Amino acid sequence: MNRIVTGAHYGLKDWLLQRLTATVMLVFTLVAVVRIAGAEPGYAGWAGVFAPDWMRAALFVFLLSVLYHAWIGVRDIYMDYIQPVGIRLTLHTLTVLALIAYAGWVIELVWSH
Amino acid sequence: MTTTTVARKRPKHLDLPKISLPLPAKVSILHRVSGALLFLALPVLIYQLDQSLDSDAGYAAAAAFFGLPLVKLAVLLLVWSYSHHFCAGIRYLLLDLHIGLDRVPARQSAAVVFAVSLLLTAIVGVKLW
Repeated sequence: MNRIVTGAHYGLKDWLLQRLTATVMLVFTLVAVVRIAGAEPGYAGWAGVFAPDWMRAALFVFLLSVLYHAWIGVRDIYMDYIQPVGIRLTLHTLTVLALIAYAGWVIELVWSH
Repeated sequence: MTTTTVARKRPKHLDLPKISLPLPAKVSILHRVSGALLFLALPVLIYQLDQSLDSDAGYAAAAAFFGLPLVKLAVLLLVWSYSHHFCAGIRYLLLDLHIGLDRVPARQSAAVVFAVSLLLTAIVGVKLW
């Protein structure tokens, strides 16, 4: 089988996770919009939206879904448009590193405030 | 062989401005463009979310940042990106469930994606200014 060095798993898993994370984001977006629309203006109201433990957990799952969803999408874009293997591998690496850094940041953001 | 001569004479028409894509194709490429824009904006958005939740002063700093005219324009573009990606995404989830696969409903749902996402962008735009 002729596999490309900077491809991925070529299978159902990514396809399914792209849709699973999309559904998570869809539900969270609707919940967040309703809560933000009903919040008092200013810092107290804004922080209050994300204060309950269940909302922190939901924000955390949402943000991780965003990062994983972004990985699959951006990887697909590279696979379509970036043909030289070296450049593609470099972009894959930089993107993965950035997304892992964002994930660390997101953990701090969700539980620290 | 006739087949090879026919193959050789096939016209190439890659004058991009002259190629008129059907609406679902436009939804598709803009789904990709909007996704790429959102990906590029991620660090700024995470930074501002972090800052805005951190403290009163952080919230004020984030509010000031989003008050800048150029930032407002960028936010509007990102709101459109999110809305388009969101609506087009729902459309794809429905297509995955074999809902609206035929040509006419597929074109209608593509039009709905454009209409809803532009309407949402317009609403946010009015609220921003």
